[in-house]
Amino acid sequence: MTDVSRPPASDSGLDFLAEVSARTAGVSRLEMCIQCGTCGGSCPSADAMDHTPRMLFAMIRAGMREEALRSNTPWMCVSCYHCVVRCPQAVHIADVMYTLKGMAEDAKSYRDKTPPHFARVFVGQVEAFGRSWELGLTARHYLRHYILRLPRMTPMAIGLFLRGRIGILPHRIRQRKQLHAILRRAEELERVS
Amino acid sequence: MSRYLYYPGCSMDGSGRAYGESLTGVCEQLGVTLAEIDDWNCCGATEYVGVSLSPAYALIARNLAIAAKSKQNGEPLVAACSACYLNLAKADHYMKERPLLNEHVNVALDAGGLHYDPGTVEVRHLLEVIMNDVGLDQVRAKVVKPLAGLRVAPYLGCMLPRPDPDNRWKNHERPDDLDRLLAALGADVVDFPLKTECCGGHMTQIAPKVGLELIKRLVDEAEHHGADMMVTVCPMCQINIDAYQGEMNAMFHTKSKMPIVFFTQLMGIAFGLDPKKMGIGRELTDARPALKKIGKVPVAVAAEAGPAHRPRPDKRALPMPRMAESDEAPVSEAPAGEAPAGEAPAGEARQ
Repeated sequence: MTDVSRPPASDSGLDFLAEVSARTAGVSRLEMCIQCGTCGGSCPSADAMDHTPRMLFAMIRAGMREEALRSNTPWMCVSCYHCVVRCPQAVHIADVMYTLKGMAEDAKSYRDKTPPHFARVFVGQVEAFGRSWELGLTARHYLRHYILRLPRMTPMAIGLFLRGRIGILPHRIRQRKQLHAILRRAEELERVS
Repeated sequence: MSRYLYYPGCSMDGSGRAYGESLTGVCEQLGVTLAEIDDWNCCGATEYVGVSLSPAYALIARNLAIAAKSKQNGEPLVAACSACYLNLAKADHYMKERPLLNEHVNVALDAGGLHYDPGTVEVRHLLEVIMNDVGLDQVRAKVVKPLAGLRVAPYLGCMLPRPDPDNRWKNHERPDDLDRLLAALGADVVDFPLKTECCGGHMTQIAPKVGLELIKRLVDEAEHHGADMMVTVCPMCQINIDAYQGEMNAMFHTKSKMPIVFFTQLMGIAFGLDPKKMGIGRELTDARPALKKIGKVPVAVAAEAGPAHRPRPDKRALPMPRMAESDEAPVSEAPAGEAPAGEAPAGEARQ
Protein backbone atom coordinates (compact mmCIF):
# COMPACT_ATOMS: atom_id res chain seq x y z
CA MET A 1 0.00 0.00 0.00
CA THR A 2 1.22 3.49 -0.82
CA ASP A 3 2.18 5.76 2.03
CA VAL A 4 -0.56 8.35 1.78
CA SER A 5 0.88 10.37 4.63
CA ARG A 6 3.58 11.70 2.27
CA PRO A 7 2.14 14.44 0.05
CA PRO A 8 3.12 14.37 -3.62
CA ALA A 9 5.46 17.14 -4.76
CA SER A 10 3.26 18.74 -7.42
CA ASP A 11 -0.40 19.29 -8.35
CA SER A 12 -2.45 21.32 -5.89
CA GLY A 13 -5.47 18.99 -6.19
CA LEU A 14 -3.49 16.02 -4.98
CA ASP A 15 -2.02 18.18 -2.23
CA PHE A 16 -5.43 18.58 -0.67
CA LEU A 17 -6.15 14.86 -1.03
CA ALA A 18 -2.82 14.05 0.60
CA GLU A 19 -3.47 16.50 3.42
CA VAL A 20 -6.86 14.96 4.16
CA SER A 21 -5.33 11.49 4.14
CA ALA A 22 -2.43 12.54 6.34
CA ARG A 23 -4.80 13.89 8.98
CA THR A 24 -7.01 10.79 8.98
CA ALA A 25 -6.66 7.99 11.51
CA GLY A 26 -5.46 4.80 9.90
CA VAL A 27 -4.92 4.59 6.15
CA SER A 28 -7.78 6.56 4.58
CA ARG A 29 -7.74 4.80 1.16
CA LEU A 30 -9.48 7.91 -0.14
CA GLU A 31 -7.57 7.73 -3.42
CA MET A 32 -9.13 4.29 -4.01
CA CYS A 33 -12.71 5.66 -4.26
CA ILE A 34 -14.37 4.46 -7.48
CA GLN A 35 -17.30 6.90 -7.25
CA CYS A 36 -19.90 4.15 -7.02
CA GLY A 37 -22.16 6.07 -4.63
CA THR A 38 -22.77 3.18 -2.24
CA CYS A 39 -21.89 5.55 0.62
CA GLY A 40 -24.58 8.13 -0.16
CA GLY A 41 -27.12 5.40 -0.85
CA SER A 42 -26.43 3.88 2.57
CA CYS A 43 -26.49 7.16 4.46
CA PRO A 44 -29.38 7.81 6.87
CA SER A 45 -28.71 11.55 6.91
CA ALA A 46 -27.84 12.07 3.21
CA ASP A 47 -31.02 14.14 2.81
CA ALA A 48 -29.62 16.80 5.09
CA MET A 49 -26.22 16.92 3.36
CA ASP A 50 -25.02 19.56 0.90
CA HIS A 51 -23.10 16.88 -0.98
CA THR A 52 -23.27 13.11 -0.82
CA PRO A 53 -20.03 11.55 0.42
CA ARG A 54 -19.28 10.43 -3.15
CA MET A 55 -19.51 14.01 -4.43
CA LEU A 56 -17.44 15.28 -1.54
CA PHE A 57 -14.68 12.79 -2.30
CA ALA A 58 -14.68 13.82 -5.95
CA MET A 59 -14.34 17.43 -4.81
CA ILE A 60 -11.42 16.55 -2.56
CA ARG A 61 -9.64 14.83 -5.41
CA ALA A 62 -10.33 17.80 -7.67
CA GLY A 63 -8.62 20.03 -5.12
CA MET A 64 -11.79 22.00 -4.30
CA ARG A 65 -10.54 22.83 -0.84
CA GLU A 66 -12.84 25.73 0.05
CA GLU A 67 -16.02 24.10 -1.22
CA ALA A 68 -15.20 20.80 0.46
CA LEU A 69 -14.42 22.39 3.81
CA ARG A 70 -17.55 24.52 3.64
CA SER A 71 -19.84 21.56 2.92
CA ASN A 72 -22.10 20.56 5.80
CA THR A 73 -21.71 16.90 4.82
CA PRO A 74 -19.11 15.93 7.48
CA TRP A 75 -21.18 17.64 10.18
CA MET A 76 -24.28 15.70 9.17
CA CYS A 77 -22.45 12.37 9.31
CA VAL A 78 -23.93 10.37 12.20
CA SER A 79 -20.99 7.92 12.40
CA CYS A 80 -23.21 4.91 11.75
CA TYR A 81 -20.53 3.24 9.60
CA HIS A 82 -23.05 1.76 7.16
CA CYS A 83 -21.07 3.24 4.27
CA VAL A 84 -17.81 1.99 5.75
CA VAL A 85 -18.82 -1.67 5.84
CA ARG A 86 -20.47 -1.45 2.42
CA CYS A 87 -17.72 0.47 0.58
CA PRO A 88 -16.27 -1.91 -2.04
CA GLN A 89 -12.94 -0.09 -1.75
CA ALA A 90 -12.82 -0.09 2.06
CA VAL A 91 -12.39 3.68 2.24
CA HIS A 92 -12.37 4.88 5.87
CA ILE A 93 -15.30 7.17 5.09
CA ALA A 94 -16.39 8.04 8.63
CA ASP A 95 -12.83 8.83 9.65
CA VAL A 96 -12.38 11.07 6.62
CA MET A 97 -15.50 12.93 7.79
CA TYR A 98 -13.89 13.47 11.20
CA THR A 99 -10.78 14.79 9.46
CA LEU A 100 -12.81 17.24 7.38
CA LYS A 101 -14.57 18.53 10.50
CA GLY A 102 -11.22 19.24 12.13
CA MET A 103 -9.88 20.93 8.99
CA ALA A 104 -13.03 23.03 8.61
CA GLU A 105 -12.70 24.14 12.22
CA ASP A 106 -9.07 25.11 11.74
CA ALA A 107 -10.04 27.10 8.65
CA LYS A 108 -13.14 28.50 10.44
CA SER A 109 -15.05 27.35 7.39
CA TYR A 110 -18.58 26.36 8.30
CA ARG A 111 -22.01 27.88 7.83
CA ASP A 112 -23.67 26.50 10.96
CA LYS A 113 -21.74 27.19 14.15
CA THR A 114 -23.80 24.76 16.24
CA PRO A 115 -21.90 21.49 15.56
CA PRO A 116 -18.36 22.90 15.95
CA HIS A 117 -19.36 24.74 19.12
CA PHE A 118 -20.78 21.56 20.59
CA ALA A 119 -17.57 19.66 19.81
CA ARG A 120 -15.42 22.46 21.23
CA VAL A 121 -17.35 22.64 24.51
CA PHE A 122 -17.26 18.85 24.86
CA VAL A 123 -13.52 18.75 24.21
CA GLY A 124 -12.90 21.68 26.56
CA GLN A 125 -14.67 19.84 29.38
CA VAL A 126 -12.85 16.60 28.76
CA GLU A 127 -9.57 18.50 28.81
CA ALA A 128 -10.48 20.28 32.05
CA PHE A 129 -11.96 17.36 34.00
CA GLY A 130 -10.83 14.22 32.19
CA ARG A 131 -14.49 13.21 31.93
CA SER A 132 -17.45 14.51 30.02
CA TRP A 133 -20.00 16.46 32.05
CA GLU A 134 -23.43 16.03 30.50
CA LEU A 135 -25.24 18.73 32.48
CA GLY A 136 -22.64 21.43 31.91
CA LEU A 137 -22.34 20.53 28.24
CA THR A 138 -26.05 20.53 27.44
CA ALA A 139 -26.88 23.56 29.60
CA ARG A 140 -24.22 25.66 27.93
CA HIS A 141 -25.09 24.38 24.49
CA TYR A 142 -28.84 24.94 24.79
CA LEU A 143 -28.44 28.42 26.26
CA ARG A 144 -26.20 29.36 23.38
CA HIS A 145 -27.93 27.71 20.44
CA TYR A 146 -31.35 26.36 21.35
CA ILE A 147 -32.93 28.86 23.70
CA LEU A 148 -36.32 28.00 22.15
CA ARG A 149 -35.90 24.32 22.95
CA LEU A 150 -35.32 25.09 26.64
CA PRO A 151 -38.99 25.07 27.73
CA ARG A 152 -39.29 21.49 26.54
CA MET A 153 -35.83 20.48 27.69
CA THR A 154 -36.21 21.72 31.26
CA PRO A 155 -38.82 19.12 32.32
CA MET A 156 -36.71 16.47 30.61
CA ALA A 157 -33.63 17.59 32.55
CA ILE A 158 -35.62 17.61 35.80
CA GLY A 159 -36.95 14.13 34.99
CA LEU A 160 -33.43 12.85 34.38
CA PHE A 161 -32.23 14.52 37.57
CA LEU A 162 -35.03 13.00 39.67
CA ARG A 163 -34.15 9.58 38.27
CA GLY A 164 -30.52 10.04 39.28
CA ARG A 165 -29.26 10.33 35.73
CA ILE A 166 -27.68 13.78 35.89
CA GLY A 167 -24.67 14.65 38.01
CA ILE A 168 -24.78 18.24 39.20
CA LEU A 169 -21.01 18.57 39.47
CA PRO A 170 -18.45 17.29 37.00
CA HIS A 171 -16.47 14.20 37.91
CA ARG A 172 -12.77 14.97 37.86
CA ILE A 173 -10.08 12.37 37.35
CA ARG A 174 -7.13 12.43 39.78
CA GLN A 175 -4.28 12.69 37.29
CA ARG A 176 -5.48 15.76 35.44
CA LYS A 177 -1.95 17.18 35.24
CA GLN A 178 -0.74 14.02 33.54
CA LEU A 179 -3.63 14.14 31.08
CA HIS A 180 -2.96 17.81 30.28
CA ALA A 181 0.72 17.08 29.64
CA ILE A 182 -0.25 14.26 27.25
CA LEU A 183 -2.79 16.36 25.38
CA ARG A 184 -0.48 19.39 25.11
CA ARG A 185 2.30 17.25 23.68
CA ALA A 186 -0.10 15.65 21.21
CA GLU A 187 -1.36 19.06 20.13
CA GLU A 188 2.21 20.21 19.43
CA LEU A 189 2.84 17.12 17.28
CA GLU A 190 -0.39 17.72 15.41
CA ARG A 191 0.67 21.24 14.48
CA VAL A 192 4.10 20.13 13.23
CA SER A 193 2.88 17.34 10.94
CA MET B 1 -11.39 -16.95 32.24
CA SER B 2 -13.67 -14.85 34.27
CA ARG B 3 -11.69 -11.75 35.20
CA TYR B 4 -11.91 -8.79 32.88
CA LEU B 5 -10.63 -5.25 33.01
CA TYR B 6 -13.51 -2.84 32.85
CA TYR B 7 -13.78 0.58 31.26
CA PRO B 8 -17.17 2.01 32.31
CA GLY B 9 -17.19 5.27 30.38
CA CYS B 10 -18.67 8.57 31.53
CA SER B 11 -22.35 7.77 31.05
CA MET B 12 -22.32 4.73 33.36
CA ASP B 13 -22.84 6.79 36.49
CA GLY B 14 -24.73 9.53 34.66
CA SER B 15 -27.39 9.18 32.01
CA GLY B 16 -26.69 5.45 31.57
CA ARG B 17 -26.76 4.65 35.28
CA ALA B 18 -29.32 1.88 34.84
CA TYR B 19 -26.83 0.15 32.55
CA GLY B 20 -24.01 0.36 35.10
CA GLU B 21 -26.25 -0.88 37.91
CA SER B 22 -27.71 -3.77 35.98
CA LEU B 23 -24.51 -5.01 34.37
CA THR B 24 -22.83 -5.14 37.77
CA GLY B 25 -25.61 -7.35 39.14
CA VAL B 26 -25.75 -9.54 36.05
CA CYS B 27 -21.99 -10.08 35.82
CA GLU B 28 -21.94 -11.10 39.49
CA GLN B 29 -24.57 -13.75 38.72
CA LEU B 30 -22.61 -15.02 35.74
CA GLY B 31 -19.31 -15.21 37.63
CA VAL B 32 -17.77 -12.47 35.51
CA THR B 33 -15.42 -10.24 37.53
CA LEU B 34 -15.08 -6.72 36.19
CA ALA B 35 -12.02 -4.89 37.53
CA GLU B 36 -12.45 -1.20 36.80
CA ILE B 37 -9.22 0.36 35.53
CA ASP B 38 -7.82 3.14 37.71
CA ASP B 39 -8.46 6.81 37.02
CA TRP B 40 -9.65 6.32 33.46
CA ASN B 41 -10.61 9.31 31.32
CA CYS B 42 -13.34 10.03 28.78
CA CYS B 43 -12.90 8.30 25.41
CA GLY B 44 -13.73 11.51 23.56
CA ALA B 45 -16.98 10.10 22.14
CA THR B 46 -17.52 11.17 18.54
CA GLU B 47 -16.47 14.76 19.30
CA TYR B 48 -12.75 14.74 20.00
CA VAL B 49 -11.76 12.88 16.81
CA GLY B 50 -13.58 15.57 14.86
CA VAL B 51 -11.38 18.27 16.37
CA SER B 52 -7.79 17.08 16.39
CA LEU B 53 -6.34 13.67 15.50
CA SER B 54 -3.30 13.06 17.70
CA PRO B 55 -4.81 14.50 20.90
CA ALA B 56 -7.98 12.47 20.35
CA TYR B 57 -6.07 9.21 20.00
CA ALA B 58 -3.66 10.09 22.83
CA LEU B 59 -6.72 10.63 25.05
CA ILE B 60 -8.06 7.17 24.20
CA ALA B 61 -4.64 5.54 24.41
CA ARG B 62 -4.13 6.80 27.97
CA ASN B 63 -6.87 4.36 28.97
CA LEU B 64 -5.26 1.56 26.97
CA ALA B 65 -1.90 2.27 28.62
CA ILE B 66 -3.50 2.14 32.08
CA ALA B 67 -5.27 -1.11 31.14
CA ALA B 68 -2.02 -2.63 29.87
CA LYS B 69 -0.35 -1.80 33.19
CA SER B 70 -3.15 -3.31 35.27
CA LYS B 71 -3.31 -6.58 33.34
CA GLN B 72 -2.52 -9.62 35.47
CA ASN B 73 -3.00 -12.45 33.09
CA GLY B 74 -3.92 -11.25 29.61
CA GLU B 75 -7.45 -10.19 30.56
CA PRO B 76 -9.35 -8.31 27.87
CA LEU B 77 -10.60 -4.79 28.48
CA VAL B 78 -14.40 -4.73 28.44
CA ALA B 79 -16.58 -1.73 27.69
CA ALA B 80 -20.36 -1.76 27.65
CA CYS B 81 -20.90 1.59 25.93
CA SER B 82 -20.70 1.14 22.17
CA ALA B 83 -18.90 4.44 21.56
CA CYS B 84 -16.31 3.75 24.26
CA TYR B 85 -15.82 0.23 22.94
CA LEU B 86 -15.34 1.45 19.40
CA ASN B 87 -12.97 4.27 20.33
CA LEU B 88 -10.76 1.94 22.37
CA ALA B 89 -10.79 -0.73 19.66
CA LYS B 90 -10.16 1.79 16.90
CA ALA B 91 -7.23 3.39 18.70
CA ASP B 92 -5.56 0.01 19.12
CA HIS B 93 -6.30 -0.90 15.50
CA TYR B 94 -5.21 2.37 13.90
CA MET B 95 -2.01 2.57 15.96
CA LYS B 96 -1.13 -0.77 14.36
CA GLU B 97 -2.24 0.30 10.89
CA ARG B 98 -0.50 3.67 10.90
CA PRO B 99 3.00 3.78 12.39
CA LEU B 100 3.02 7.59 12.37
CA LEU B 101 -0.09 7.71 14.57
CA ASN B 102 1.49 5.17 16.90
CA GLU B 103 4.60 7.32 17.11
CA HIS B 104 2.67 10.53 17.83
CA VAL B 105 0.48 8.89 20.43
CA ASN B 106 3.41 7.37 22.24
CA VAL B 107 5.45 10.58 22.22
CA ALA B 108 2.40 12.27 23.76
CA LEU B 109 1.84 9.48 26.31
CA ASP B 110 5.49 9.75 27.25
CA ALA B 111 4.87 13.30 28.44
CA GLY B 112 2.65 11.68 31.09
CA GLY B 113 5.03 8.82 31.81
CA LEU B 114 2.91 6.27 29.96
CA HIS B 115 3.42 3.99 26.99
CA TYR B 116 1.17 1.76 24.92
CA ASP B 117 2.13 -0.86 22.36
CA PRO B 118 -0.81 -1.55 20.04
CA GLY B 119 -2.03 -5.12 20.29
CA THR B 120 -1.24 -5.38 24.01
CA VAL B 121 -4.82 -5.02 25.20
CA GLU B 122 -7.72 -6.92 23.70
CA VAL B 123 -10.76 -4.63 23.59
CA ARG B 124 -14.20 -6.25 23.78
CA HIS B 125 -17.83 -5.33 24.27
CA LEU B 126 -19.85 -6.79 27.13
CA LEU B 127 -22.52 -8.31 24.87
CA GLU B 128 -19.91 -10.18 22.88
CA VAL B 129 -18.24 -11.41 26.10
CA ILE B 130 -21.56 -12.73 27.40
CA MET B 131 -22.35 -14.42 24.09
CA ASN B 132 -18.94 -15.96 23.46
CA ASP B 133 -17.20 -16.45 26.81
CA VAL B 134 -20.14 -17.03 29.15
CA GLY B 135 -22.41 -18.64 26.57
CA LEU B 136 -26.16 -18.93 26.24
CA ASP B 137 -26.30 -22.24 28.12
CA GLN B 138 -25.05 -20.60 31.26
CA VAL B 139 -27.36 -17.64 30.73
CA ARG B 140 -30.33 -20.03 30.36
CA ALA B 141 -29.30 -21.88 33.51
CA LYS B 142 -29.59 -18.64 35.50
CA VAL B 143 -33.08 -17.74 34.27
CA VAL B 144 -35.62 -18.15 37.07
CA LYS B 145 -38.26 -15.78 35.73
CA PRO B 146 -38.57 -16.22 31.97
CA LEU B 147 -39.69 -13.09 30.14
CA ALA B 148 -42.60 -14.97 28.52
CA GLY B 149 -45.19 -12.64 27.06
CA LEU B 150 -42.83 -9.67 26.74
CA ARG B 151 -42.41 -8.65 23.13
CA VAL B 152 -39.01 -7.03 22.64
CA ALA B 153 -37.31 -5.33 19.69
CA PRO B 154 -33.54 -5.95 19.88
CA TYR B 155 -31.73 -2.76 18.98
CA LEU B 156 -27.94 -2.80 18.67
CA GLY B 157 -27.37 0.56 17.05
CA CYS B 158 -24.33 1.25 14.93
CA MET B 159 -21.05 1.29 16.71
CA LEU B 160 -20.99 -2.21 18.12
CA PRO B 161 -21.39 -4.21 14.89
CA ARG B 162 -19.69 -1.57 12.71
CA PRO B 163 -17.04 -0.81 11.59
CA ASP B 164 -15.83 -3.79 13.63
CA PRO B 165 -12.06 -3.16 13.47
CA ASP B 166 -11.25 -6.53 15.08
CA ASN B 167 -13.53 -8.66 12.87
CA ARG B 168 -15.63 -10.01 15.69
CA TRP B 169 -19.00 -9.87 13.94
CA LYS B 170 -20.07 -12.24 11.19
CA ASN B 171 -22.84 -9.91 10.11
CA HIS B 172 -22.44 -6.15 10.31
CA GLU B 173 -25.96 -5.21 9.39
CA ARG B 174 -28.26 -7.93 10.72
CA PRO B 175 -26.46 -9.80 13.48
CA ASP B 176 -28.71 -12.05 15.59
CA ASP B 177 -26.66 -12.16 18.80
CA LEU B 178 -28.91 -9.91 20.86
CA ASP B 179 -31.97 -11.72 19.44
CA ARG B 180 -30.64 -15.06 20.61
CA LEU B 181 -29.74 -13.69 24.04
CA LEU B 182 -33.21 -12.23 24.56
CA ALA B 183 -34.82 -15.45 23.32
CA ALA B 184 -32.72 -17.36 25.87
CA LEU B 185 -34.31 -15.16 28.54
CA GLY B 186 -37.72 -16.37 27.31
CA ALA B 187 -38.78 -13.12 25.65
CA ASP B 188 -40.86 -12.96 22.49
CA VAL B 189 -38.27 -11.46 20.13
CA VAL B 190 -39.31 -9.26 17.22
CA ASP B 191 -37.31 -9.67 14.01
CA PHE B 192 -36.51 -5.96 14.09
CA PRO B 193 -35.40 -4.78 10.65
CA LEU B 194 -33.80 -1.57 11.95
CA LYS B 195 -31.75 -3.31 14.61
CA THR B 196 -28.47 -1.73 13.51
CA GLU B 197 -29.80 1.56 12.16
CA CYS B 198 -28.70 4.85 13.65
CA CYS B 199 -30.37 6.57 16.64
CA GLY B 200 -28.95 9.87 15.45
CA GLY B 201 -26.12 10.00 17.96
CA HIS B 202 -25.32 13.60 18.81
CA MET B 203 -27.71 14.91 16.15
CA THR B 204 -30.27 15.69 18.86
CA GLN B 205 -27.73 18.28 20.02
CA ILE B 206 -26.55 19.76 16.75
CA ALA B 207 -29.27 19.15 14.14
CA PRO B 208 -32.45 18.26 16.04
CA LYS B 209 -34.62 17.71 12.98
CA VAL B 210 -32.25 15.08 11.57
CA GLY B 211 -31.89 13.41 14.97
CA LEU B 212 -35.59 13.34 15.79
CA GLU B 213 -36.45 11.93 12.37
CA LEU B 214 -34.03 9.06 12.89
CA ILE B 215 -35.52 8.40 16.34
CA LYS B 216 -39.03 8.43 14.89
CA ARG B 217 -38.09 5.89 12.25
CA LEU B 218 -36.94 3.47 14.95
CA VAL B 219 -39.86 4.04 17.31
CA ASP B 220 -42.40 3.72 14.47
CA GLU B 221 -40.88 0.47 13.30
CA ALA B 222 -40.83 -0.98 16.82
CA GLU B 223 -44.50 -0.01 17.21
CA HIS B 224 -45.32 -1.45 13.81
CA HIS B 225 -43.91 -4.79 14.92
CA GLY B 226 -45.97 -4.71 18.09
CA ALA B 227 -42.98 -4.46 20.40
CA ASP B 228 -43.64 -3.71 24.07
CA MET B 229 -40.18 -2.22 24.36
CA MET B 230 -36.87 -1.81 22.64
CA VAL B 231 -33.72 -3.31 24.12
CA THR B 232 -30.33 -1.72 23.58
CA VAL B 233 -26.63 -2.15 24.31
CA CYS B 234 -25.68 1.54 24.14
CA PRO B 235 -26.25 4.49 26.50
CA MET B 236 -26.39 6.96 23.60
CA CYS B 237 -29.17 5.00 21.85
CA GLN B 238 -30.98 4.68 25.16
CA ILE B 239 -31.03 8.37 26.03
CA ASN B 240 -31.91 9.41 22.50
CA ILE B 241 -34.92 7.13 22.21
CA ASP B 242 -35.93 7.39 25.86
CA ALA B 243 -35.47 11.06 26.68
CA TYR B 244 -35.98 12.67 23.28
CA GLN B 245 -39.16 10.74 22.48
CA GLY B 246 -41.15 13.61 24.04
CA GLU B 247 -39.58 16.17 21.72
CA MET B 248 -40.05 13.75 18.82
CA ASN B 249 -43.76 13.42 19.64
CA ALA B 250 -44.11 17.20 19.78
CA MET B 251 -42.38 17.67 16.44
CA PHE B 252 -44.35 15.03 14.55
CA HIS B 253 -47.62 15.32 16.52
CA THR B 254 -47.44 11.70 17.56
CA LYS B 255 -48.16 10.01 20.88
CA SER B 256 -45.54 7.29 20.96
CA LYS B 257 -44.58 5.75 24.28
CA MET B 258 -41.97 3.19 23.37
CA PRO B 259 -39.82 2.27 26.38
CA ILE B 260 -36.20 1.31 25.82
CA VAL B 261 -34.09 -0.56 28.37
CA PHE B 262 -30.61 -2.05 28.46
CA PHE B 263 -30.24 -5.77 27.74
CA THR B 264 -28.59 -6.23 31.13
CA GLN B 265 -31.72 -4.89 32.85
CA LEU B 266 -33.82 -7.63 31.25
CA MET B 267 -31.16 -10.22 32.07
CA GLY B 268 -31.28 -9.15 35.71
CA ILE B 269 -35.06 -9.38 35.82
CA ALA B 270 -34.98 -12.83 34.22
CA PHE B 271 -32.33 -13.88 36.76
CA GLY B 272 -34.79 -12.95 39.50
CA LEU B 273 -32.98 -9.80 40.64
CA ASP B 274 -34.94 -6.82 41.97
CA PRO B 275 -36.04 -4.70 38.96
CA LYS B 276 -35.44 -1.52 40.95
CA LYS B 277 -31.85 -2.55 41.61
CA MET B 278 -31.57 -3.19 37.88
CA GLY B 279 -32.31 0.47 37.29
CA ILE B 280 -35.90 -0.04 36.14
CA GLY B 281 -37.72 3.24 36.80
CA ARG B 282 -34.81 5.41 35.73
CA GLU B 283 -36.16 5.64 32.19
CA LEU B 284 -38.29 8.65 31.21
CA THR B 285 -40.54 6.55 28.98
CA ASP B 286 -41.81 4.20 31.67
CA ALA B 287 -41.01 0.52 31.03
CA ARG B 288 -42.92 -0.79 34.05
CA PRO B 289 -46.36 -1.18 32.42
CA ALA B 290 -44.79 -3.35 29.70
CA LEU B 291 -42.82 -5.37 32.25
CA LYS B 292 -46.11 -6.33 33.94
CA LYS B 293 -46.77 -8.57 30.94
CA ILE B 294 -44.03 -10.98 32.00
CA GLY B 295 -45.49 -14.35 32.84
CA LYS B 296 -48.82 -13.71 31.12
CA VAL B 297 -49.59 -15.96 28.13
CA PRO B 298 -48.43 -14.35 24.90
CA VAL B 299 -51.29 -13.11 22.73
CA ALA B 300 -50.05 -14.89 19.62
CA VAL B 301 -50.08 -18.28 21.34
CA ALA B 302 -53.58 -17.70 22.76
CA ALA B 303 -54.92 -16.96 19.27
CA GLU B 304 -53.39 -20.14 17.88
CA ALA B 305 -54.93 -22.18 20.68
CA GLY B 306 -58.43 -20.84 19.93
CA PRO B 307 -61.11 -22.69 17.94
CA ALA B 308 -59.84 -23.67 14.53
CA HIS B 309 -63.17 -23.46 12.68
CA ARG B 310 -64.23 -20.40 10.77
CA PRO B 311 -66.96 -18.19 12.24
CA ARG B 312 -70.33 -18.60 10.60
CA PRO B 313 -71.33 -15.57 8.51
CA ASP B 314 -73.89 -13.32 10.12
CA LYS B 315 -77.24 -13.91 8.35
CA ARG B 316 -78.46 -10.37 9.11
CA ALA B 317 -75.39 -8.76 7.55
CA LEU B 318 -75.24 -7.52 3.98
CA PRO B 319 -74.45 -10.30 1.50
CA MET B 320 -70.72 -10.39 0.87
CA PRO B 321 -68.87 -12.23 -1.89
CA ARG B 322 -67.38 -15.41 -0.53
CA MET B 323 -64.69 -17.72 -1.76
CA ALA B 324 -65.45 -21.38 -2.32
CA GLU B 325 -64.95 -23.57 0.75
CA SER B 326 -61.27 -24.28 1.10
CA ASP B 327 -58.54 -24.14 3.70
CA GLU B 328 -56.99 -21.15 2.01
CA ALA B 329 -60.13 -19.01 2.26
CA PRO B 330 -59.43 -15.62 3.81
CA VAL B 331 -60.97 -15.17 7.24
CA SER B 332 -61.93 -11.56 7.12
CA GLU B 333 -65.17 -11.42 9.10
CA ALA B 334 -63.76 -11.76 12.60
CA PRO B 335 -60.65 -12.96 14.39
CA ALA B 336 -60.51 -16.71 14.91
CA GLY B 337 -60.94 -16.33 18.66
CA GLU B 338 -64.45 -14.82 18.46
CA ALA B 339 -66.28 -17.86 17.17
CA PRO B 340 -69.93 -17.31 18.21
CA ALA B 341 -70.42 -14.12 16.26
CA GLY B 342 -73.81 -15.20 14.94
CA GLU B 343 -75.77 -13.55 17.78
CA ALA B 344 -74.08 -10.17 17.55
CA PRO B 345 -75.81 -7.36 15.68
CA ALA B 346 -74.21 -6.64 12.35
CA GLY B 347 -73.17 -3.11 13.32
CA GLU B 348 -71.11 -4.30 16.25
CA ALA B 349 -69.55 -7.19 14.42
CA ARG B 350 -68.23 -4.83 11.76
CA GLN B 351 -66.53 -2.54 14.24
